[in-house]
Amino acid sequence: MRRERTPHAVAWWIWAAGLALAALRTSNPLLLALLAAAIVVVCVARTPRDLQQSPLATFARVALIIILVRVVLQIVFGQRLPGHVLFTLPSVPMPSWAEGVSIGGPVSIEGLLSAITGGLRLAVVLLAFGAANALASPRAVLRSLPGLLHEVAVAITVALCFAPEVLASVRRIQQARLLRGRPTTGIAGMRGIAVPVLEDALDRSIQLAASMGARGFGRRPVSVSLARERTALATLILGSMILLVGGYGVLAGSSVVPGAAWLAGLGLAAVCLGVGLSGRRAARTRYRPAPVGLRSVACGASGWLSALLVVIAGVADASSITWSPWPLSWPQVTPLAFAAVVIALVPLLVAPGEARVAAASGTKIAVS
Amino acid sequence: MIRFAGTWFRYGSSWVVRDLDLEVADGELLVVVGPTGSGKTTLLKMIDGLVPHFSGGELRGDVIVAGHSIRDTPPTELAGTVGYVGQDPAASFVTDLVEEEIAYAMENLGIEPAVMRRRVEEALDLMSLHELRDRRLTTLSGGQRQRVAIAAVLAAAPRILVLDEPTSALDPGAAEEVLSSLTRLVHDVGMTVVLAEHRLERVLPFADRVVLLDGQGGMVAGEPGAVMADSALAPPLIELGRLAGWSPLPITVREARRRCGPLREALAELPTLAPEADGGDVVAKTDGLCASFGNLLALDGVDLAVRAGTITAIMGRNGSGKSTLLSCLAGIKEPSCGNASVGQTLPANLSSAERIRTVGFVPQEASLLLYAQRVDEECATADEEHGLAPGTTAASVTAIAGELAPDRHPRDLSEGQQLALALGIVLAPAPRLVLLDEPTRGLDYEAKRSLVAILEMLRAKGVAIVVATHDVELVAQVADHAVVLAQGEVIANGGAREVICHTPAFAPQVAKVLSPLAWLTVGEVAAVLEGSPS
Repeated sequence: MRRERTPHAVAWWIWAAGLALAALRTSNPLLLALLAAAIVVVCVARTPRDLQQSPLATFARVALIIILVRVVLQIVFGQRLPGHVLFTLPSVPMPSWAEGVSIGGPVSIEGLLSAITGGLRLAVVLLAFGAANALASPRAVLRSLPGLLHEVAVAITVALCFAPEVLASVRRIQQARLLRGRPTTGIAGMRGIAVPVLEDALDRSIQLAASMGARGFGRRPVSVSLARERTALATLILGSMILLVGGYGVLAGSSVVPGAAWLAGLGLAAVCLGVGLSGRRAARTRYRPAPVGLRSVACGASGWLSALLVVIAGVADASSITWSPWPLSWPQVTPLAFAAVVIALVPLLVAPGEARVAAASGTKIAVS
Repeated sequence: MIRFAGTWFRYGSSWVVRDLDLEVADGELLVVVGPTGSGKTTLLKMIDGLVPHFSGGELRGDVIVAGHSIRDTPPTELAGTVGYVGQDPAASFVTDLVEEEIAYAMENLGIEPAVMRRRVEEALDLMSLHELRDRRLTTLSGGQRQRVAIAAVLAAAPRILVLDEPTSALDPGAAEEVLSSLTRLVHDVGMTVVLAEHRLERVLPFADRVVLLDGQGGMVAGEPGAVMADSALAPPLIELGRLAGWSPLPITVREARRRCGPLREALAELPTLAPEADGGDVVAKTDGLCASFGNLLALDGVDLAVRAGTITAIMGRNGSGKSTLLSCLAGIKEPSCGNASVGQTLPANLSSAERIRTVGFVPQEASLLLYAQRVDEECATADEEHGLAPGTTAASVTAIAGELAPDRHPRDLSEGQQLALALGIVLAPAPRLVLLDEPTRGLDYEAKRSLVAILEMLRAKGVAIVVATHDVELVAQVADHAVVLAQGEVIANGGAREVICHTPAFAPQVAKVLSPLAWLTVGEVAAVLEGSPS
C-alpha cells in the first residue's frame, strides 16, 4: 500500500463544497471576504506547480464580473431602496402595469452595499470551485467514482478530452479553406467548416468506440445478476433526487421544504445503499487508486466543520452571520465565525507543499 | 494461433476478402502487404472481431483466433487475447495520461491491482516509455504516441498483437524504434504479431512470413524472399536484387552488402554521375525565417532558396518544423521574424485569390481540400473561385489524375486519387511554386510511382517544388536538393545525393548497399549498366 502524501482529489472537492455551503449560509460581507481569502491562500499555496494556467484565476475573473454586473443592475434597474442617496439618475416613468420595474432614480449607499454582498456570496461559491479545480483535476475525481457510475464517468472524461481535439480539427480545416481561397468567416464559412468538423468528430467517435470495445470496455462477468444491478441503479437515482430536494431545503432555509435535514439524510443513506449494492461486484479493478488516509479525512472534514461553525454561530447569535445595511453599520465577526475561517485553513497543515512532496519522493527513490 | 478457414467478407456488393485460407503459427511475425483497397485493414480487423461485429457486412466461413470463433466472440471478449492498434493511435486514446492509458484495458479486464502495477512497469520498460509515464498524451510526438498505443494493448498480456501501418506517420528514426520494440516482443516474449504496412523497405527485414494480397481477392503467402521474387510491389532492395540476378533475393541490407561485391566493382569503374543541374532563377526564398506557436519556437532562422525547375526535399524528425516551413512559404502562417518571399512578394500579404495563383499547397490530409459531392462539381467550383476559364481545372485534373469518373464522390476515391485530384485543383491556376506536405503517406507503390511521374513532369515545366517528407526512397528518386531540419534549424542543405548519402538515418536502401558509392536508385544503376559496354 502506498503511503498517503497528499489529500485525495475527492477530499479537496469535499473541502470546497463545505466552504461553498458556509458562504451560502451567511450574508456578512466581512465573513465572506475572510472565507474568500482563506480559499485563495490555500489554493495558491497548494496548487501543483506543473499546472500551466490555474483555473482559480479564470473563476476569480468570472466572480468579479458577477459582482460588477449585480452592482450595475442595481444602479440602473434596481429597486429604489431607502437610505443615504449617493446620486440620482434621470428616471424613466413606467406605465402602471410595470410598477415593480424602475429605470434610473436615486441610488443609495445601502442599495449598493446589499448588491455587493449578494454578489460576494456567489463569488465565494465560484472561488471555492475554482480552487477545487486547481487543487485536483476533475478527471481524477471522476476516476474515483464508484463502479456503478463508471459508464457516466467515462462519458464525461471522453467529452473532456474531446473539446481540445475539436478545436484542433477546426484549425486544420480553416487552414485548408484558406488554401482554396474559401471564406473562413461569416455564414458560408461557418457552414463550410462545421460540416467537415462534424464528419471528423463522428469519425473519431467511431474509432474511439472501436478502441474501447477492443480493450474490454463494458465487459460484464456472468456472475453478476442484472436485476441486482438495476436495483442498485434505481436506489441511487431515487436517493440522489431526495438528496437534491433536501439539500435545497437546507440551503434555502427550513421553511421552504419541511424536514429538509431529515430528507437530505435519507437521500444520502439511499445513495450510499445504492453504491454499496453495486460496489460489491468486482468486474473492474482500479489501477493505483490514490490512498485515503488521515490527511484526506482532515482536509474534507475541515470544509464541513467550517460550514457547521457558521451555522452554530448563526444559532448562537443570528446577527453574527446575517448583516443588513439598514441601519448602516460596520459588519462584526464573532469569535465563533472567525473560528470557521481558521478551520478552513487546515489543509495548509495536512497537505504538504510542492517542495516537500518532491523531497518525499526523492528519498523514496534513494532508498529503493 | 489464427486460422482463416474459407473466409469471405463484403461490406456492400463486392467481396473484399474471397475464400481466404491462412494459418498463422504461434510466435510468428506476419506482414500483410497489398495495394490500397486490397482488404489489408479488413483482414487485420477480423482477427480482433472488429469486423464484422463493429463494421457490419457479411461474413462467410470463419476465423478462429486462439480457439475462439469470431462469429460468436465480440471484440470485448477478445480483449485479453488480441491487442489491436489502429492506423491513427491518437484516435484510440481513452484517458489523458500515459500511465492511465496503459492501465485502461487491464482495469476493464478486472486484473488484480498488484499484477496490474507490475505489468504497467513491464510495458513501460518494453516500449522504453518510463520517462514519459506522467506525461499528457496530447504532448507526445508521433513515435511516442505509437509506442504508448502498443504498450497500452501489451499490458493486457494478449497472445496476439495486430498493428495497422504502425510506421506510416513516423520519421525513419522513430519507425526504427517502434519496429525494434516489436522484434523484441517476438523474440523475447514469443508474441504472435500481424502487421500491415505500405513501406515494405522498413518492415521486410523483420518478417518471418509475408502475405501478399493482389487486390482481386487473390493471395500469396510465404517466406519474404520467395513472395517478393515475383511481386509487383517491391522495395528498392528487392528490385536491385532482381536487377543483379541474385537468388534467393536478399531481404536485409546486410545480406545484400555481402553479395554485391562484383556489382560494386563494376559500378566503380563506370563514369560518375553528372552533378545535378542548378535549375533556373530563384522562385522562393526565406531570410532568417522564424515562426512560433505561443512559447514554442518552430523555426529558428531558416535561410533557403528554391529555384525554378527543381525539387527540394525537406526532411527531419516529427516536429522539426517541416510543416511550419511550408505554411510560411504558402503564406498561411505569419513569420515571427525574418521573411519568406515568393518572387518579389511576401505571400502572407497577398489576397487569397492572388496567393492561390502564386503558390499551391497540398496539406498532409489532401482530402481536406475537397468539398463537393462529385468530382465534376469540385472542378467547376474551383474554376469559379480561382477565376479561371470553365474547364481549366478539369483539364489540369485529367493531366494529373487521368480520367476520374465525374460522378464519383471525392471521399470515395482512393488515397492516391484524392491526392492527384487535390494536386490537379491546386495546379490549375498555374502557380510557380508548389508545396507538398508528406504526400506519400498511405500511398502504395503504384500510387507512389504515378506521383513521381507527376513531379517529374512538373519539374520539366519549370515549376519549383518543395516536398516535406519522411520517405527517403521518394527523396532518392526525385529530389535535386535536400534540406534537413532539426529543432527548427537547417542542419544540412545541399544536393540531394550528398545530403542523404552522408546521413545514415536518411540514406535510401540502394545507397546503403552500394556505399561508399553514391548511387541512390535502382533506376540509375539499371540505366548505367545498360549504357555500359560490358
